[in-house]
Amino acid sequence: MNATGSHPGPDGHARPENPHVTGNEVSLDHGHVAGVEVADRFENPGLPPHKLRHADVDPKAAKRAEIQVASMFALSIVGTVGFLVAYFTIPMHKYVWIPWFGNLDLLHTLFGVFMGLSLLGIGLGAVHWAKTLMPDAEVVEERHPIASPQDSRQGVIDTLGRGAEQSQIGRRPLIKVAGGAALGIFALPMVVQLVGGLGPMGEAERELRNTFWRKGLRLMTDPEGRPIKAEDVTMGSVYHVLPEGIYDDPKQKPNEGQVFEHDQDLGVLERKAKAAVLLMRLPSAAFVSSKARDWGYQGIVAYSKICTHAGCPVGLYEQQTHHLLCPCHQSTFDVTNDCEVIFGPARRALPQLKITVDSQGYLIADDGFAEPVGPSFWTRKR
Amino acid sequence: MTTTSSSRNARAQAAADSLRADDRPPTRDAGKTSGRVGGLASWVDERTGAAGPVRYLMNKVFPDHWSFMLGEVAMYSMIIALLTGVFLTFWFVPSAGHITYEGSYVPLKGMGMSEAYASTLDISFDVRGGLLLRQLHHWSALFFVAAIGLHAIRVFFTGAFRKPREINWVIGTVLLLLACIEGFAGYSLPDDLLSGTGIRVMEGFVESSPIVGSWLSYMIFGGAFPGEYIIPRLYIAHVLLVPAIIIGLFTAHLLLVVVHKHTQFPGPGKTNNNVVGFPVMPVYAAKAGGFFFIVFGIIALIAGLVAINPVWMYGPYDPSPVTADSQPDWYMGFADGALRLLPGWLEFEIFGYTLSLNLALGSIVLLPVVFSLMGAYPFFEAWVTGDKREHHLLDRPRNAPTRTAIGMAALTAYLVMFLAAGNDLMAIKMGLSINDITRTLQVLFFLGPIIAFVVTKRLCLSLQRADREKALHGRETGRIVRTPEGRFFEAHEPLSDFDRWNLVQHEAPKPLELSAGTDAMGNVDAKAVVSKNRLRMSKFFFTDRVEPVTPADLADQHHHDDTSMLALDPADFGGDLHGGAEELPDGRAYSHQHQPHGEHSSKH
Repeated sequence: MNATGSHPGPDGHARPENPHVTGNEVSLDHGHVAGVEVADRFENPGLPPHKLRHADVDPKAAKRAEIQVASMFALSIVGTVGFLVAYFTIPMHKYVWIPWFGNLDLLHTLFGVFMGLSLLGIGLGAVHWAKTLMPDAEVVEERHPIASPQDSRQGVIDTLGRGAEQSQIGRRPLIKVAGGAALGIFALPMVVQLVGGLGPMGEAERELRNTFWRKGLRLMTDPEGRPIKAEDVTMGSVYHVLPEGIYDDPKQKPNEGQVFEHDQDLGVLERKAKAAVLLMRLPSAAFVSSKARDWGYQGIVAYSKICTHAGCPVGLYEQQTHHLLCPCHQSTFDVTNDCEVIFGPARRALPQLKITVDSQGYLIADDGFAEPVGPSFWTRKR
Repeated sequence: MTTTSSSRNARAQAAADSLRADDRPPTRDAGKTSGRVGGLASWVDERTGAAGPVRYLMNKVFPDHWSFMLGEVAMYSMIIALLTGVFLTFWFVPSAGHITYEGSYVPLKGMGMSEAYASTLDISFDVRGGLLLRQLHHWSALFFVAAIGLHAIRVFFTGAFRKPREINWVIGTVLLLLACIEGFAGYSLPDDLLSGTGIRVMEGFVESSPIVGSWLSYMIFGGAFPGEYIIPRLYIAHVLLVPAIIIGLFTAHLLLVVVHKHTQFPGPGKTNNNVVGFPVMPVYAAKAGGFFFIVFGIIALIAGLVAINPVWMYGPYDPSPVTADSQPDWYMGFADGALRLLPGWLEFEIFGYTLSLNLALGSIVLLPVVFSLMGAYPFFEAWVTGDKREHHLLDRPRNAPTRTAIGMAALTAYLVMFLAAGNDLMAIKMGLSINDITRTLQVLFFLGPIIAFVVTKRLCLSLQRADREKALHGRETGRIVRTPEGRFFEAHEPLSDFDRWNLVQHEAPKPLELSAGTDAMGNVDAKAVVSKNRLRMSKFFFTDRVEPVTPADLADQHHHDDTSMLALDPADFGGDLHGGAEELPDGRAYSHQHQPHGEHSSKH
């Protein structure tokens, strides 16, 4: 045990008054006296003398403390009553302007302030009471080793051994093996039920690879749901686009002549989570990648809006640089270069949707996406 | 009833007075009154036998220090979150079912949304005091995680995780992880655009798990993202599953605190074998009970005045739009920041399969690794030191320089990741390029911890040297004394035994020294290989060290002072300047001539 540990703890109930100063020691403050032994380590000097507070010695101060504590409790009562009054008298949705905080809902603000007052009054009162009027002389409690006495420990081991002996588990391996096996697998039914029942795992591979897009679907603005003519897409503009028919009720059977290829049984949000597309128009000369230009129409290009990193919508378009930026983790894609990643944690380019125009001049998909959209998954390339 | 209580008051008053009179601890008086327990207490005790344990708990002594309140804040905010959470369940509808909003918040009227989002709006706008409950719940949850984190930092830097408290450290680590998960599940429930984006990212990194990713995602979401299952599943995890585990572990955490008794900072009269502080009755009952109300009151004030998570401003979740500066709640910031810092080339193909380490490293790898390292630290340090003793006295952080430096290095790495989660905000507010900020933080992630380690360790050693100086020479008074010969001295005031004790009580362990790693036959001893590693770590931990002042050091120092002062009599300076004065040579007015003893450096 170290020097501090070897110091005999003072009696738990008596207040130690520096028990080590007996008057016989060499006082180290006044220099070393030659030939006198000095200890290896300093000795714990014991608790310093207790200082009395104002309230301990002055009845006036004690009375003052009492009044302070009582006032805080009274403030708490004011807060509670204030809360109740506000609840029954102040109408909802009444806004007031308070400097620094701005426009606040009056009722909500009063609730918070009165409740804070009600609680803080009690809390501060109790703590002030403890600090000024309750005893502040420190009390010493002894510690004991955490470990149990040796005979208790031996007792546990003996009992376990006797149990093993009496149950004959050591002598009857058949029971041991069979019992162990039974206990080892009894929880499997619950696990299998849970894992098997949680999700349609078989669908994952198919659904992650496809989107709602297919050849011939018109590009529709969202949320207006208008088809888009090529000449409406002005230079530098950007459209948030969804495939025609994406809002159709998934439960409704496909109409005759309108056959969905994929995602027809998914809900609208699930379709949107994969099918969202950004439509931009760039000057033809701006394109570095000829594929990007060829898959577009007169400089109008469509790219998946779902980030190839973690799947956030790539919501920010920088008109001047033709960069797309994902607001979640700042992956940056270069539209002129087929949306390759130029910065950030994403690895893959945004997939491009090949587009053209139909007989009426509206933009349509020339095909579905050629690769899975969104975050990577293990079998993406298989 | 009135007479009983008034006579009890009188007794309590008398007890308090007698306390003041001869300054005795209150336990003696508590023992006197416990003989006359009331009828109800007897009734209960005869059926439960609770008097023994209750008396034990009421007499329990807790040491006082502001940093011990951090754990209390965590406990109280947890209680507030539980309480307000129960209230919220009375109105919240945990369903992704699609409805049209017809509540009183005009901008969203007539909009399609989930029932979860609509009911959150109803709580905010159509339930009287509902918004207050939401705000209380969210703020108390933020306080909860922050307080656990700060509490863990306090425990780490003071070495309170050492034997016998290793298990409690591990429990605390798991509690911190669970608190983060609980918080994430909670703020995802309103199904607004921001929280939905958080779930989207979660889906992204689940999908990135090698081999099982896409299946795992379909299991969790019950099909394609987002689906209608995730809200009810998160809900039951948030209101039952995780809280049940948290409460269970919290109870174990608290029971172990009672078993171990609280640690205390070193000081005069405080030893490894005692606890010096105040008993539960009445002092801690009032202080800790009052503190619950203070924490609750502060959270109520903040809830009333500072809006957090105004979900009505974000709109309902839709996977195709997004808001700028999408950030998670602060405690998930470090993981989000890690995702922003990881470079894209960490995604690659291996035998035709896609491995997205750029996502996986910052999420499904980072979280378990961080919390495993944290949980394992006490065992690592115990292995290095080989220390098998119980430790109930805390370390001052400076007296464990390597541990403190490791902690600061870890905090620096955490801080860099945390800052990275706000790289877009920093770019906007400071007018800097987001690319520069991100690259700088990438470099800092590796460089920062090293710098923090070195600087912290040097600071700790310097502070220890300063302690040595102070213990040896006393407090510098700034008073200069000129002798008749024209020599100058600065008067140092000696420390009292009590003040000195704080500076000299600690240990400065020496690095281990081990025998050769071969056995008698000259073969390499398998155990010695481990020992070599241990030796290396021990040197890493303890080679640079400063010994605490011993009585012999102090005696030598005084002897030295006496000879240098020769003709000076301390009584000439009014008697209060005795000892410790030292000569200040020309041009070195603030440096000490005397080389401190007991200083060891690896450079030797």
